[in-house]
Amino acid sequence: MMNTESRGLVLDENLLFEQSQPGRVGYSLTGLDVPSATPDSRLVREEITDFPELSEVDVVRHYTRLSTWNYGVDSGFYPLGSCTMKYNPKINEAVARLPGFAHIHPQTPEALNQGALELMYNLQQDLGEISGFPAITLQPAAGAQGEFAGMLMIRAWHEANGQKRHKVIIPDTAHGTNPASSALCGYDVITVASDGILSKEAVAAVMDDDVAALMVTNPNTLGLFEADIREICELVHQHGGLVYSDGANLNAMMGISRPGDIGIDVMHFNLHKTFSTPHGGGGPGSGPVGVVDKLIPFLPVPYVVREDNSYKLEYNCPQTIGRLKSFYGHFGILVRAYSYILSMGGEGLKRASELAVLNANYIRARLEGEYDLPNKQRSLHEVVFSEDALQNDCHTLDVAKRLIDYGYHPPTIYFPLVVHGALMIEPTETESKQTLDEFCDALLAIAEESKNNPELLKQAPVRAKVQRLDETAAARKPKLRWERV
Amino acid sequence: MDFPKDLKYTEEHEWVLVEDDIVTIGVTDFAQDQLGDIVFVELPEVGDTLEEGDTFGVVESVKAVSDVYAPVSGEVVEINEALPDEPEALNNSPYDEGWMIKMKLTDSGALADLMDVAAYQAFVEKD
Amino acid sequence: MRYLPHTDVDVQQMLDRIGVSEIDTLFSGIPEECRLKRPLDLNGAKSESETLIFLQELAEKNSPASSWDTFLGGGAYNHFIPAVIDHLISRSEFYTAYTPYQPEISQGTLQAIFEFQTLICQLTGMDVANASMYDGASACAEAVLLTVRAARKRKKVLLSQALPPQYRETVATYCRYLDIELADISLQDGVTNQADLQSLLDDQVAAVVVGYPNYFGQIEDLATIAELTHAAGARLVAAVPEPLALALFKSPGEAGADIVVGEGQSFGIPLSYGGPGIGFFAVRKKDMRVLPGRLVGETTDKDGKRGFVLTLATREQHIRREKATSNICSNQGMCILMVSIYLALHGKQGLRQLAEINYAKAAYAKEKIAQLDGFSVTFSGESFNEFVVTCPEPVAALKKRLEQQGLLAGISLGRDYSELEDGLLICVTEQNSRKQIDRLVHALAGGKG
Ligand SMILES: Cc1ncc(COP(=O)(O)O)c(C=O)c1O
Repeated sequence: MMNTESRGLVLDENLLFEQSQPGRVGYSLTGLDVPSATPDSRLVREEITDFPELSEVDVVRHYTRLSTWNYGVDSGFYPLGSCTMKYNPKINEAVARLPGFAHIHPQTPEALNQGALELMYNLQQDLGEISGFPAITLQPAAGAQGEFAGMLMIRAWHEANGQKRHKVIIPDTAHGTNPASSALCGYDVITVASDGILSKEAVAAVMDDDVAALMVTNPNTLGLFEADIREICELVHQHGGLVYSDGANLNAMMGISRPGDIGIDVMHFNLHKTFSTPHGGGGPGSGPVGVVDKLIPFLPVPYVVREDNSYKLEYNCPQTIGRLKSFYGHFGILVRAYSYILSMGGEGLKRASELAVLNANYIRARLEGEYDLPNKQRSLHEVVFSEDALQNDCHTLDVAKRLIDYGYHPPTIYFPLVVHGALMIEPTETESKQTLDEFCDALLAIAEESKNNPELLKQAPVRAKVQRLDETAAARKPKLRWERV
Repeated sequence: MDFPKDLKYTEEHEWVLVEDDIVTIGVTDFAQDQLGDIVFVELPEVGDTLEEGDTFGVVESVKAVSDVYAPVSGEVVEINEALPDEPEALNNSPYDEGWMIKMKLTDSGALADLMDVAAYQAFVEKD
Repeated sequence: MRYLPHTDVDVQQMLDRIGVSEIDTLFSGIPEECRLKRPLDLNGAKSESETLIFLQELAEKNSPASSWDTFLGGGAYNHFIPAVIDHLISRSEFYTAYTPYQPEISQGTLQAIFEFQTLICQLTGMDVANASMYDGASACAEAVLLTVRAARKRKKVLLSQALPPQYRETVATYCRYLDIELADISLQDGVTNQADLQSLLDDQVAAVVVGYPNYFGQIEDLATIAELTHAAGARLVAAVPEPLALALFKSPGEAGADIVVGEGQSFGIPLSYGGPGIGFFAVRKKDMRVLPGRLVGETTDKDGKRGFVLTLATREQHIRREKATSNICSNQGMCILMVSIYLALHGKQGLRQLAEINYAKAAYAKEKIAQLDGFSVTFSGESFNEFVVTCPEPVAALKKRLEQQGLLAGISLGRDYSELEDGLLICVTEQNSRKQIDRLVHALAGGKG
């Protein structure tokens, strides 16, 4: 049964600045126990104009009310393709808050933080086992920074071999971060059309001795395993190039196929996808990178090594690409991911991948026919429909907005770019058959509405806090901060 | 869709008005329609010299970006100062208030490669 | 497994509907030679209580700031975190959501980001701030890229040696294969050497990057540096590792900076072994369209009701791909909330008072240490929170000695600054009581216990 009849109380809430009252406070500071002191008055600023003044109650109500306008995985089904919105286990949140993890200073002598280093070392080992790579850096802050780190290592390796290569091949199904990360390394991007699965011939046609790397996503953004990946890797290697794999879709493959075993040279993980750490309204994520032996000398510094049963940060790497950020990575996220791996175990991770693929295929089976499926090959953990079967000038955007009225977070839309009006659904393994059935019922009902009552789609959403917002006006006359009028 | 007869056109969906050695350049009705609501326009500076094929500006909608290319070589002698503040002029009046730049030609040879209105209309239909 | 809801019956029904007899068939798109033919060599699943006990044991092998007298700073600061913050960020409508791509059901996150952008503008004295970067160091690197992009033909960037070393290293990594030349501006009395700056500035310089406060806690003369920088037609980037200083000292915007980046960890984010923190990034209006990262803007819906959306997205990788202003995709959403809640609670008066307390505590420690035999305060200018002392004995040995008394005394500067081999960077915040500071002073002087 679909629960579309519910009606909630949605309250408005002004901005912090609009609620501010002169003299109101929300803090209690411990009194000064040393003589007061003030800097040279010429260096001192005036009070911060229009900075908020609120009580603790004001602030608590403000953010509580804001939270009710959001939709998260804990609110309901969130099949945002490519983002792996699986359930975020609560034990992970609890352990990340243990004082021995949450309140350790990064400059504490290593001997005094052996538990943190041991955790990082173990996580490096586990991610290595899951992916088939002999070495892992935990430093990158997110997937995109992992890509950047990986491509930098590729370039550093080529240069150490006396090679100046200029090009990176990227299939047209790739995420935007792939070309953007390559460009940050000074590379020109060669886009290849893939027709679903990348063919060896397509790569061969553009492969030459000026190509530093091929950057693929596997399974790709259509949810398809790159079936020729081994031969393609061989081809690229024959020409002296390396292969980068975007690991955003590793959730389809844990315990089933390891990138490090099939010819990939570098790969990033998204711990906030595959390893259940929360997406946090945008982040923080974490994007560790695995590499084959020949790239180890180029890893970012520092990384964790074990010596005689103790752990230390290794800085002495003459060929390193350097550091990507302050300190050692998003440690708080690493703790959560490690907690997840401990909770799942090796078998559990494999089962998660199996059920993620089962769920996506179930949705595919239920919707194919009513929604147009441009790529008919066996798909794994996600399924991408086009808008071509929609009637009465209804578009993917309208379907997405109508899904909101049915109580769901819409799938990813208009990505990958190669699918016309893409509707990219990734259910993940943590959703039950009942949830998937209700969701499919909703999408089927919307397809029906598009035939008989398209206005329902065009006007949607009508149940959300706001209706469709004027994005054109927002971009023409940008208002990016509050100001007193 | 409107394609004035007195203009020349390019395969990049730009129009060109030739008056002696000064050409005025903008984007066509077809281009603005494809882009949707235009929210931002970036123009070169007066005095910039452009080779045929150089990008001289950018036109953006909420979710798309298009470069605009110089159809001829020359020097930028005037830009539509009002456009960055009123990008909607490109949607509402592509051939008039939505003009982008004026260039002084250094070589009139390239003009021969431009399409007339009939050729452009055929090109658009084929596209 | 408690996160996996499928019963055997469910699985069977789903397979039937799909039309295959076993799950393995669904993987037939993966060629045999790409399959892993053995189980993963990982431990078996732990129960929830086993997981907790196992991780507690690891956590107990660490040394949290709460159980030591800590005087460590250097880019990560031990400030008190009000209970409200963890309470509010634990609302799972916030932390289990993603980037607000669907504004109608993400107004909570969007309004919070809009408020964050405003707070950062107010604090830094700038016009526009984005929805955050990974951290201060990577924000600083992205600022350098922005200046070179915006300046078009200028390719040189001058970095003050007093910029935190991790910022300088990160900038170097980001610029490694781009056509950008980095040069150092030397130190003079713990701040950027203005004469050296003057001599390095020419018409090739796109930007000058200076810490404010700098790595040694010193307050740079930003106004003069801005004047010199602007006279040469370059942009001034102020990088702020300890933003609490901005509640007390003139804002970089007021002093003339063109870009202000920094680390927001001080504002309510746990130390967490150095991450996650949050990078903030603020510019003048003229650079609004070359900003990296997400931006939230105000608009209205069909009924004229106020709402917020992600905007100016054409700068970003998902649209401009290899021509994007940055490859960044995520922002630090959770940390945005922590910072915003912290700033909202402290507000106009509280933040200033807190900054004054920090200043007074550090001033007290500075004065007491300066009186010790053999010790001196290395630099003469104003500083905030942190300061450098020159030690009469090898710093490593001194730190070890204090460690044995439960004191984490500071950071040795020798590794990053050969000329400061005997320098110790000490940080004092509101978390350090007078008793703790007195203990530090006593121990430095050679006292026990
Ligand atoms: C396929 C793919 N690659 C890369 C990324 C970038 O990862 P992150 O957002 O962690 O930087 C994403 C994120 O959405 C993705 O879906």
